[in-house]
Amino acid sequence: MRRLWFIACIVALVAAPLHAQDRLDVVASFSILADLVKNVGGDRGNVTTLVGPNGDVHVYTPAPSDARKNAGARILFVNGLGLEGWLPRLVQSAGNKATIVTVSNGVAPLKHGSDADPHAWQSIPNVEIYVANIRDALIAADPADAAVFRANAAHYLTELDSLDAEVRAAIAKIPPERRKVITTHNAFGYFAAAYGVEFLAPVGVSTETEPSARNIAALIQQIKADKIPAVFLENLSDDRLIARIAAETGAKARGILYSDALTDEKGPAPTYIDLIRHNIKALTSALGN
Amino acid sequence: MSLYAALVAPFTDFEFMRRALAAIIALSLGGAPIGVFLMLRRMSLVGDAMAHAILPGAAIGFLLYGLNLLAMILGGLIAGFLVALLAGVVARSTGLKEDASLATFYLASLALGVTIVSVKGTNIDLLHVLFGNILAMDDQALLVVAFNATITMLVLAVIYRPLVIESVDPLFLRTVSRAGTPAHLAFLALVVINLVSGFQALGTLLSVGLMILPAGTARFWSRDVTGMISVAVLAAMFSGYAGLVLSFQTRIPSGPAIILVAAVLYVASVLFGSVGGLVRQLFPGRHLEA
Repeated sequence: MRRLWFIACIVALVAAPLHAQDRLDVVASFSILADLVKNVGGDRGNVTTLVGPNGDVHVYTPAPSDARKNAGARILFVNGLGLEGWLPRLVQSAGNKATIVTVSNGVAPLKHGSDADPHAWQSIPNVEIYVANIRDALIAADPADAAVFRANAAHYLTELDSLDAEVRAAIAKIPPERRKVITTHNAFGYFAAAYGVEFLAPVGVSTETEPSARNIAALIQQIKADKIPAVFLENLSDDRLIARIAAETGAKARGILYSDALTDEKGPAPTYIDLIRHNIKALTSALGN
Repeated sequence: MSLYAALVAPFTDFEFMRRALAAIIALSLGGAPIGVFLMLRRMSLVGDAMAHAILPGAAIGFLLYGLNLLAMILGGLIAGFLVALLAGVVARSTGLKEDASLATFYLASLALGVTIVSVKGTNIDLLHVLFGNILAMDDQALLVVAFNATITMLVLAVIYRPLVIESVDPLFLRTVSRAGTPAHLAFLALVVINLVSGFQALGTLLSVGLMILPAGTARFWSRDVTGMISVAVLAAMFSGYAGLVLSFQTRIPSGPAIILVAAVLYVASVLFGSVGGLVRQLFPGRHLEA
């Protein structure tokens, strides 16, 4: 499979030799999105990331160097759904000509009250929509390399399909009454909807909100009543609150789930596919028998 | 809902509520007296300045040891001490006032902190991670605030006289004793310890708010420092308890709930306080005549 992809790239490269030097400069707003764009762009795209690995995209403040990164780019990929609240100011101040592409176009948003939950990438079918959007945007910006982008996207989509099947198979092995998990902030709504695992969290959708005593008490009561077996931490959040809840309920803290950012190369989740694999492994080992 | 269920049951049912209450009591004992002296010395805004001043220390701790709370707190303490002491020394030895010299040092410190964080190129909001939440008190955080309260009360007992005299009449103190400067520096150190450990346990809002608002309340109920300190400690404890209950019953986040209660107490005191309250001023009682 990998070789086939390699050959496709070579063929594409030979087919478009005139453009071999000028790679398409694009910017992605955060690490997971950057990984998707890299997979579709392959060696024809030059991807810069604004909020890198282990960075928190909710509470991020752009620096002047980000405006500079933006200024040279042809496309700025953003998640949308309210994730990048800091974006409008950045775009204004950079005064750039980049096309802004919202990759979540076409995703059915989950609602929390009146606001959409931005964490749509936690469901693989949604990411397949992301990938299609990225592909179309890249082709529109660089029609000469259309064949490369199509081949890359098609290849990546088959990988995502098998990943999706993998996740469903893993969840199917967990007894339905044990499919309940506590995490630090409410980032797994789409995962829950797509795969039927229930996630509860003391902090809302953004890491910025603060919990009330009522929320914590309700969560503790629910953990006790439903006998929820495991709580998970995330790579960005302060875990003292979740540790306290675990101590009070007897649920075990069972490692880390990665929600909003990839890890660096040495970590367990350097790519989107690794991230999903890591999470699903952590879930099955905590919730399985 | 019975009164017991509303006011007591939250604390008997949930350990995190008991821990939060214990933390509030310790914080009130340490922070409220400090707040009174800050107010008397016109340094009420020092707490907010300090929240920014600790950034370079926390950032260096983060650079050396990663996301290690202890390293970040120690770094923050050192940065806070440096800023407070340098500002204190400059204010004492030159004509620059305390608030102005503190402002310059904390701004420089903040700039240094932002620079260090940017060099590392991380996008984690360090202070966001460092600042804790009253509902998440672990053993370590509880010990820290309790230790804090103990140290604060002991040191205050030692430097109480020079501190009071200097707050009221610094020139007089200078003519009779040379304890003024050391007492002032010891006091600044207390301020920093209370703030930084308060930040990591409870967050900025609570640790500064429970210091300053009860002190402002106390000003309207007592004329002497001892009385003010007692009122401030009681007001802080009451705000903490009532705020926690409020947060439990209404879903208002705990930190803001506690500070809002303290603010209501303050407003009521401004209006009805027995010492200089507005209502008293408008409708003074008859003067007793001999």
